[in-house]
Amino acid sequence: MAHADVHHAHAEVQPGAHAPGQQHPLGVYFKIWGLLFVLSIASYLVDYFQLQGLLRWSLIIVFMLLKAGLIVAVFMHMMWERMALIYAIVLPPLLLFGLLGIGALEGRYTFDTRGTFFGHETTAPAPVKH
Amino acid sequence: MATHEATGTAASLPPDQGLQGIVADFSSDQRAFKNVPWGKPMMWIFLVSDTFIFGTFLISYMTVRMSTQVPWPNSSEVFSLTMFGTQVPLLLIAIMTFVLISSSGTMALAVNYGHRKDRRTTFILLIVTAALGATFVCMQAFEWTKLISEGVRPWGNPWGAAQFGSAFFMITGFHGTHVTIGVIFLIIVAVKVWRGDLDKERPGFLTGRRGNYEIVEIMGLYWHFVDLVWVFIFAFFYLW
Repeated sequence: MAHADVHHAHAEVQPGAHAPGQQHPLGVYFKIWGLLFVLSIASYLVDYFQLQGLLRWSLIIVFMLLKAGLIVAVFMHMMWERMALIYAIVLPPLLLFGLLGIGALEGRYTFDTRGTFFGHETTAPAPVKH
Repeated sequence: MATHEATGTAASLPPDQGLQGIVADFSSDQRAFKNVPWGKPMMWIFLVSDTFIFGTFLISYMTVRMSTQVPWPNSSEVFSLTMFGTQVPLLLIAIMTFVLISSSGTMALAVNYGHRKDRRTTFILLIVTAALGATFVCMQAFEWTKLISEGVRPWGNPWGAAQFGSAFFMITGFHGTHVTIGVIFLIIVAVKVWRGDLDKERPGFLTGRRGNYEIVEIMGLYWHFVDLVWVFIFAFFYLW
């Protein structure tokens, strides 16, 4: 972005003036593309090998966050944008963790009261035949 | 930087000024996000709102799944396909993920070639992206048909908790709709590229504003968002 033109704050931005600044060598995209495939295959293998419990969930989340991070940062160009834009976009969705906590508390509560009033059903899900 | 010196905001700040840069960007009654064409932050802000939509869907799915005493259907079995006599778990879903990631790759390349004003390559890449997106929607429609024929309804299914169907149809339905709308817009942008509307900066159909190659990048933002949502759906609904 070294040659980004200095504009008066109210001037209409020249179309294409900063476009050359946004270009990156194609190789970056191919490498990240390959990485995304590797992460997707890894996520699929978590299910294929029927991993269970904490190992399963932590791997699912780690691979998911890595893929999401790569897509936002490279494909959606975030890592080359101004800090103000990055913060304005990335910080609000973090509030969703609050909703997640509330949802977890409520889900747990509903599960417990259903068990208390309607009795437990602890059988495994019915097998699926296609 | 001396703390008592007001930051001159008539000129645009270079992007890497850390926290002081963020403060300068947002302060004193002038345009934030300098040097960013207005369409881009507009699309980003729309995507933030869409993030909240899908976020609430996925979080309510989590709440509902935690709350049932009846066990949740086993997704590796539900979404498996029988190929050559054996049940392969999540095969269709794996193919759909592959298709969508490929479309994201072609979209990123289309944006890059768009900035070089290479009309032919950009057009081809946009059409390939749209075709991959349409393939994804067809596979999702096939998945829906298969599950509906096996008795999955929003109010019940043969295998486990009754809420499985409503969560599945709501989340994948909204996502599939977003993909479909994306495919339509990809074709519109591709046609504009092909006709040279962006080189000649012709105004769009619905607007008096003149088109330029930034719209390819803005389209790219939407398409990558659609792929991003699928990453979360794949992890939380199909794998978990």
